[in-house]
Amino acid sequence: MELDNTMLARLLTSLTLGFHIIFAAMGVGIPVLISIAEWLGIRKKDPMYTLMAKRWVKGFTVTVAVGVVTGTCIGLQLSLLWPSFMKVAGEAIALPLFLETFAFFFEAIFLGIYLYTWDRFKNPYIHWLFSLPVILGSTASAFFIMTVNAFMNTPQGFTLENGSIVDIQPLAAMFNPATPSKAGHMILSAYTVSAFILAAIAAWKILKGNKHVYYKKALNFTMVLSLIFAIGTAVWGDIAGKFLAEYQPAKLAAAEWHFETKPEAELILGGVLDPVTNEVKYGLKIPYALSILATNTPTGEVIGLDQIPRELWPPLFIHYLFDGMVVIGMYLLVVPLVYFAYKRWKKGEVPRYLMHLIIWGAPLSMLAIELGWIFSEVGRQPWILVGYMKTSNAATKADNVGEMLILFFLLYTFLAVVCTLVLKRMFKNKPAEAEL
Amino acid sequence: MPLETLAITVLWIFLYGYLIVASIDFGAGFFAYYCNLTGRDHIVNGIISRYLSPVWEVTNVFLIFFMIGLIGFFPDTAYYYGTALLVPGSIFLVLQSLRGSFYAFAHYGARNSKAYQFVYGVTGLFIPASLATVLTISEGGFLEKTGDEIVLLTGKLFTSPYSWVVVFLAIVSVLFISASFLTYYADRAKDTAAVKLLRSYAVAWSLPTIFASFLVFLSIHQHNPEHFANMMDVSWMFLLSFACFCGALALQLKKRNYGWAFILVMLQFAFAFFGYGQSHLPYLLYPYITIADSIASPAMSQALVIGLIAGLFLLIPSLILLMRLFLFDARYVEGRPVRK
Repeated sequence: MELDNTMLARLLTSLTLGFHIIFAAMGVGIPVLISIAEWLGIRKKDPMYTLMAKRWVKGFTVTVAVGVVTGTCIGLQLSLLWPSFMKVAGEAIALPLFLETFAFFFEAIFLGIYLYTWDRFKNPYIHWLFSLPVILGSTASAFFIMTVNAFMNTPQGFTLENGSIVDIQPLAAMFNPATPSKAGHMILSAYTVSAFILAAIAAWKILKGNKHVYYKKALNFTMVLSLIFAIGTAVWGDIAGKFLAEYQPAKLAAAEWHFETKPEAELILGGVLDPVTNEVKYGLKIPYALSILATNTPTGEVIGLDQIPRELWPPLFIHYLFDGMVVIGMYLLVVPLVYFAYKRWKKGEVPRYLMHLIIWGAPLSMLAIELGWIFSEVGRQPWILVGYMKTSNAATKADNVGEMLILFFLLYTFLAVVCTLVLKRMFKNKPAEAEL
Repeated sequence: MPLETLAITVLWIFLYGYLIVASIDFGAGFFAYYCNLTGRDHIVNGIISRYLSPVWEVTNVFLIFFMIGLIGFFPDTAYYYGTALLVPGSIFLVLQSLRGSFYAFAHYGARNSKAYQFVYGVTGLFIPASLATVLTISEGGFLEKTGDEIVLLTGKLFTSPYSWVVVFLAIVSVLFISASFLTYYADRAKDTAAVKLLRSYAVAWSLPTIFASFLVFLSIHQHNPEHFANMMDVSWMFLLSFACFCGALALQLKKRNYGWAFILVMLQFAFAFFGYGQSHLPYLLYPYITIADSIASPAMSQALVIGLIAGLFLLIPSLILLMRLFLFDARYVEGRPVRK
């Protein structure tokens, strides 16, 4: 791997995004859980749910701060690291980038109001109403940003004529073929990771011996939502698979190590690829599964890498990233189901090993998001704008990208450490039962 | 008015909004740190934190509006400024990140940590200085373009008198604007001790602000004579700015009408900032980018304008609500319990 400007720019971008996405996903998902919890607290007149909302929103402000700060970094780094790309992309896809700032502003204003008006209104529903614009703003933010990423994969809404961008249709650029699958899948996975993180906290407390019913209620609540969102994410992942089959067959073929265009295609999980013969050894081969994923029928034809020019193949290691993400996705479905099985048939006695599994759901879901993103971005190579601009032609020609990489690595390490310490200290010696 | 002029005017309004709101934030952080060092923090900290708590997240967004809007309406700027500002832009991002995250961390963690106070206070001066440097670069003379490559001449930037004068102006303006606002806010909170202290800061930083402004005039004359000539053409704006300054200072010296004094300070900077912006046209980056040459396509510009208007319809009522709840609700400002 040559450390030229392009590679350094890619490394710095992926460092920033890899760090940002965790906080951004929480920023999108946690308000949903907070809002539902507060609503339940009002409806059931159960102060424990209200307390869940109160405590979660406190921790949330710290993660939002890091999300904002890293979001500003990637916002500027788009121009600092990829000026040629931004000049071109700016012509066609500036609109959602612009709208995202409004969505975030809207969210930030109402988050401020929500935080500081807990006991200010006689009617408790008024305060709850302020949680809705927070959800709207953060989900809209995610949507707008995803349209930009979608545009990079299936560009449309402009014409390239003699090196100039003409005939621009901003809405067509935004609502391109990749938008529905990418936006839906990302938003749902943000909701999922948020639910699992909050579930993990409750499970941890129970594992530590906290017997207060607050934690049981919190765990139950978050497990319900974890299951719903995990199902949604998986369904939308299936939609994304079909999208890839039709519009970005190269990405799907590389992810699946599918070399030969054919119907009745099998899905390969894991395995080792022989680089010379393109044969896969030791993998788990599920017959017809790839065709079903791609076309909903076992006999559907799936385009293989034989139809893609060799120099346009994405790196084949993305197969492991894709498989990792999918396997974790299955885990995130199974664990809540097992939890509910125990609740239903064992009269609520949930064994300790399951608490451990639930706790692991938090880091695993974060890992799935990272794997999914790296898969998606590397799977688009060698393009930064598919069919129009290669990544190698888009990076900045300025010096010192390497030094900036080190600088930001230090910054993010610092932020990660301090963020964790602050969150721990925030709730240290302040257990929920003390506030009830 | 041609589309490109409308677009840059709107963006300039956003940047002006950021200038005022962020100055208050930057200055407040610095005053809090300074008071901490001189043992007078008990006087101002209540006021400062009560103001900052709900509002801090909102200030940053104005700047992002400006930057994204600039790239959206004038995509060439992404290429020139993006390439040239890799290092200064990254340093700005690091300072901004430290400041932004420290605020949230300190609010719930080490509020009285010396490190937090220091970072929050010092970034409050470094960030405006670094942002002002971008305006300096826009004047021309600090970029070298060879073919596709744009190089920032950092040596020239560090040794240019104009560059340092602009940094000086940025810093003193931040302190003056912030102190003027905080005096008003403390007065509404009926916190007489804080009013006394903050008013003294406002008065102290008033004359250096005007002095710095004159220095900027002198050095622009030397650095970019074309811009200076344009500024002379709109000299009425700068004269009005000075008049507003005199009015604001008079009220502060007379110890009354701090609200009006702050409005006059806002007008002082509005006239000066728009006078500067007007005379900067048609260049977004002298001499490489003009607004006419680099304006985005009509389709995108129109979409951005519609998005902007829709966004403002959403935001302005929301901001009014925010201000009604926290800035203009006397009970909240005075720290009394608020219940409706």
